[in-house]
Amino acid sequence: MRNVLIIARRELAAYFTSPLAYVFIVIFLALSGGLTFFIGGFLERGQADLEAFFDFHPWLYLFLMPAVGMRLWAEERKAGTIEFLMTLPITTAQAVVGKFLAAWLFAGIALALTFPMWITVNYLGDPDNGVILAAYLGSWLMAGGFLALSACASALTRNQVVAFVIAAAAGFLFLMSGLEMVQAFFRAFAPEGVVRAIADFSFLANFEAIAQGVIDLRGLVFFASLIVVGLTVNTAIVELKKGA
Amino acid sequence: MGTRGKLVEIDDLTKRFGPITAVDGISLAVERGELLGFLGPNGAGKSTTMKIVTGYLPPSAGRVTVCGFDVVEQPIEVKRRIGYLPEGAPAYGDMTPLGLLAFVADIRGLGGGVRRERLDEVIERLALGTVLRQPIETLSKGFKRRVGLAQAILMDPDVLILDEPTDGLDPNQKHEVRALLRDMAPGKAIVVSTHILEEVEAVCTRAVIIANGRIVADETPQALKARSALHNAVGLTLAAEAVARARALIEALPGIAGVETLNRVDGVAELRVLSAGGADILAPVREAVTGAGLAPGEIYVERGELDDVFRALTQRA
Repeated sequence: MRNVLIIARRELAAYFTSPLAYVFIVIFLALSGGLTFFIGGFLERGQADLEAFFDFHPWLYLFLMPAVGMRLWAEERKAGTIEFLMTLPITTAQAVVGKFLAAWLFAGIALALTFPMWITVNYLGDPDNGVILAAYLGSWLMAGGFLALSACASALTRNQVVAFVIAAAAGFLFLMSGLEMVQAFFRAFAPEGVVRAIADFSFLANFEAIAQGVIDLRGLVFFASLIVVGLTVNTAIVELKKGA
Repeated sequence: MGTRGKLVEIDDLTKRFGPITAVDGISLAVERGELLGFLGPNGAGKSTTMKIVTGYLPPSAGRVTVCGFDVVEQPIEVKRRIGYLPEGAPAYGDMTPLGLLAFVADIRGLGGGVRRERLDEVIERLALGTVLRQPIETLSKGFKRRVGLAQAILMDPDVLILDEPTDGLDPNQKHEVRALLRDMAPGKAIVVSTHILEEVEAVCTRAVIIANGRIVADETPQALKARSALHNAVGLTLAAEAVARARALIEALPGIAGVETLNRVDGVAELRVLSAGGADILAPVREAVTGAGLAPGEIYVERGELDDVFRALTQRA
């Protein structure tokens, strides 16, 4: 555990030494704000909640989380530092969890910096802040889901751009798996049970209730399990790629 | 662990990458106090062997133990006891030397009062004082390598595995690092891979030459040099007209492996007389030549070069 935290701290500091981190945060804040007000019709809705804000998070994360996670392993492989890291007295699992934690914390920081939204809605009305807090936590968990995919993608290649594309593609599949269009595609050759299972993997479906502040156990379990499975796969990929 | 023990034991180690066999049945043991030079052409398997010993790559076959711990079964114990400088001295470019050393200190559990001491010691020995807070990516190649060395020796480990430790350093820095290695050698087992043959002579107690994944030589640098065909060869310069006669006289002597004409400039020829088996032939050759009235301009004994031993062993394999 100690090692996990040491690695996470190093990785998190590394995020902030690059101007990329600040650019990313600015873009995230600008986009999330812009979408909420101009596309989400936050003011027109006239409701004291942040649904218009949270509704866009899956789509924002689709492109922004791969950008956060793409450097986790690809950069190490490219720079050769993976050999340095993996000859320190740590386990692969510790390195995987440490790096994921750093990325997740970074996403958390970006999310926390949207607090002006929260202040705004409290200024304009009288919202249920418990609901909003639950939605924030749920959104953070979903970000973790995207990041778990992105970390795996990063471990597959030494090229960050390729990692980004793979992560975005995987995220897109998970996001859209609940849509009728995608289900129709699978229904052509898969049994109904499988099709419904695929629909259950949908990020959109699982996030829907959470966004409204409902403590939907199924959605939370889904994202938490995805993170655990993702990190396990990540560890396996790193181990398998030794010597490549 | 006793003071005299095999700190690193490599037993019939093999490593395959698909159809390529990079390491082919290497067996080697390094004791405390040994400073082993690992030599070989590029692609011979030196770095691969080091990567397996340090636990980065798994072996395809064979066994490696460090301080009694098997690298496959107890990797963490092994990694705790090794200080490693990987090929190319990779480091996190965005970190500063101080930051990197602090990170390594944290991971390796170096705390308390000792931490400050060790950091200061290592920074001083590798002369990193002036660049402590500069991002590593902005440092010169030589400084980067010294940062790598610093993190390797930070914990004063029993085993040091260094891949080309003086690569990119200027002659002064090379000298300092070699002195550092010699200082540390008595209490540790150090394995250094290098292309620089004079480094092997200057620093190593033992030289292992590896080619095509196999060990082709394992002796002291001096013994290795003595293997050279040039060992104890006698060089002499003569007037060009005298060469034919001198050759005849010399070739008639016992223990001569051959006579070569190295060059012929301005009427003066340079000959090299090869000694069969490296025996001392200076006296007989000198007497044969001066006795016939052919006065050599210069006469000297050659020591033999690691260079040609290396070439002979690795080109044949």
